[in-house]
Amino acid sequence: MSAPVLSVRDIAKMFGAIRAVDGVSLDVSAGEILGLIGPNGSGKSTLFNCILGQLKPDRGTVEVNGKSVSGRRACDLNKLGVGRTFQQLSVFPQMSVLDNIILAGQEHRGGLLSRLIGPPDAGLTGEADRLIEFFHLTHLRDEMAGSLSFGQQKLVDAAMAFMAGPSLVLLDEPAGGVNPTMLLGLKERLMTYNREHGTTFVVIEHNMEFVMSLCSRIVVLAEGRIIAEGPPEDVHSNQTVIDAYLGG
Amino acid sequence: MAAAGPSWRRRGEEGLRTRRLTPILLLLGVAALIAAPLGRTDYVIYVLSSWLTFSIAAMGLNLTLGYAGQISLAQASFMGIGAYTTALMTLVGVPWLIAAPAGVALCFVVGLALGFPALRVQGHFLAFVTLAFNTLFFLVARNEEWLTGGSYGLSNLPRPAFWAFDTARNLPFYYFTLIVFLASAALMWGVVRSPWGRAFRGLRENPVRAESLGVDTRRITLLAFAIGSAYGGLAGALISPLVQYIEPSSFAFSQSLRVLLMVVVGGAGLFLGPILGAAVVILLPEFLRFTEGYYLMIYAAAVIALMVYCPTGLIGVGRRLSDRFSPKREVRADMKLGARS
Repeated sequence: MSAPVLSVRDIAKMFGAIRAVDGVSLDVSAGEILGLIGPNGSGKSTLFNCILGQLKPDRGTVEVNGKSVSGRRACDLNKLGVGRTFQQLSVFPQMSVLDNIILAGQEHRGGLLSRLIGPPDAGLTGEADRLIEFFHLTHLRDEMAGSLSFGQQKLVDAAMAFMAGPSLVLLDEPAGGVNPTMLLGLKERLMTYNREHGTTFVVIEHNMEFVMSLCSRIVVLAEGRIIAEGPPEDVHSNQTVIDAYLGG
Repeated sequence: MAAAGPSWRRRGEEGLRTRRLTPILLLLGVAALIAAPLGRTDYVIYVLSSWLTFSIAAMGLNLTLGYAGQISLAQASFMGIGAYTTALMTLVGVPWLIAAPAGVALCFVVGLALGFPALRVQGHFLAFVTLAFNTLFFLVARNEEWLTGGSYGLSNLPRPAFWAFDTARNLPFYYFTLIVFLASAALMWGVVRSPWGRAFRGLRENPVRAESLGVDTRRITLLAFAIGSAYGGLAGALISPLVQYIEPSSFAFSQSLRVLLMVVVGGAGLFLGPILGAAVVILLPEFLRFTEGYYLMIYAAAVIALMVYCPTGLIGVGRRLSDRFSPKREVRADMKLGARS
């Protein structure tokens, strides 16, 4: 078995007296699509933020491609090949869709000075257009991102996460607020991208149908701990998981 | 829908037309600036030079505030640093071409240092930090008489001469200011349309997202302050020879508010905004002088009305008119087309 792309060891985080994440360890292999589910307040987003350096865990380590990333800034993580989307809409509303996508890739092109004196698009228009086409956003290429519908901003957000060619993408509730037709399209895009590029995904999601059909493995969190783990069909019928969701 | 063909293709055609028109409009604008002082009185030429000078300071603040979203109430202090550096050096015989870059470089470094608080505080807290810096500068300029001349200021500041081109008279000085203005505007245009400009806008609109996309938001924040301050320094380096006299109150907090007004009135985050804003703040009161005692009241009322009815500034008014008289863009045409999935 190949070395894990993401390795989380014994991560714990407390907020006052509340134990949000309590000693979570997990490995994610190259090309895997891992779903991270759990009821509200189970610690999914806190774990995400600890992995991505936006929260400092009380203990534990995070490794990406064998390198420790504990304490690293989000921009450094991105340069190590980690992309992410956010639960809330997270585009640049007063920039065109094209500029949003180019911004997502430009920091990987050349040095600081070459980005000042080089071409305005950092030579990324062609690549951005291909990604825009892949996400079926060509007709919206020059629109301000803020003028798009919620679902389409989610697509732009997802496209931005892929622009720098990451090896690992963490998607925080990509299906939230997206209509069923668009959701089907998003799932197809993600699966195609995973198949074609071998990119590893970790997905937090509440939409069970979406996550069960997208992911190859599911990890279930409740009260900050992993309570179940396995293929979607096993997790779906796991009594502990059902009890956790029903508050049993 | 008004016209045939996909909306994105039509917008591409509109963009092409705009790109073709831009050089023509640019040439017309430069020609107007060259012709503006001809046949005018010395005072009018002086006011026009003042407008160009303040436009440079406002362009700098527009980068810091309008593009990068970092509030600064200290632009006048950077004008002061540039002005005093240039004045002190030219008074002892150093040529303007050496003194001015020294002032600009000093402002760049001080602006970089002032950017550090912005890494920790934002919004009105940052505004107060920069306000305190402006006040500190004012107090130093007023109290350190041995260096700055204190409240009496520095006088008899020389105007630069470049071989046969002597700027002692107001008309040649205007053209000298125009050259510096055009060069600094071209540089600013290069910055804001480069990937740096995109990173500045990313910082303004969503710093957390920008950081997650690899933008080093700390470095880009510091650069926004440093470059904006350097432009303030350049404006100061022009004010010294323009007025030929400087004193601390010319660079007090109220002057920073004046530059801020230029940026907001013109349209923050838009390239031409600060230039138009400086025209309103510097030139409009002069146009209104025929109203005698009422001119400041009319000017204040006009600014209030503009801010109430069009908070995006004069460029925003232009865009509203353009939207009214040209075919509407198909915003959210996606609702009809869906995701095409």
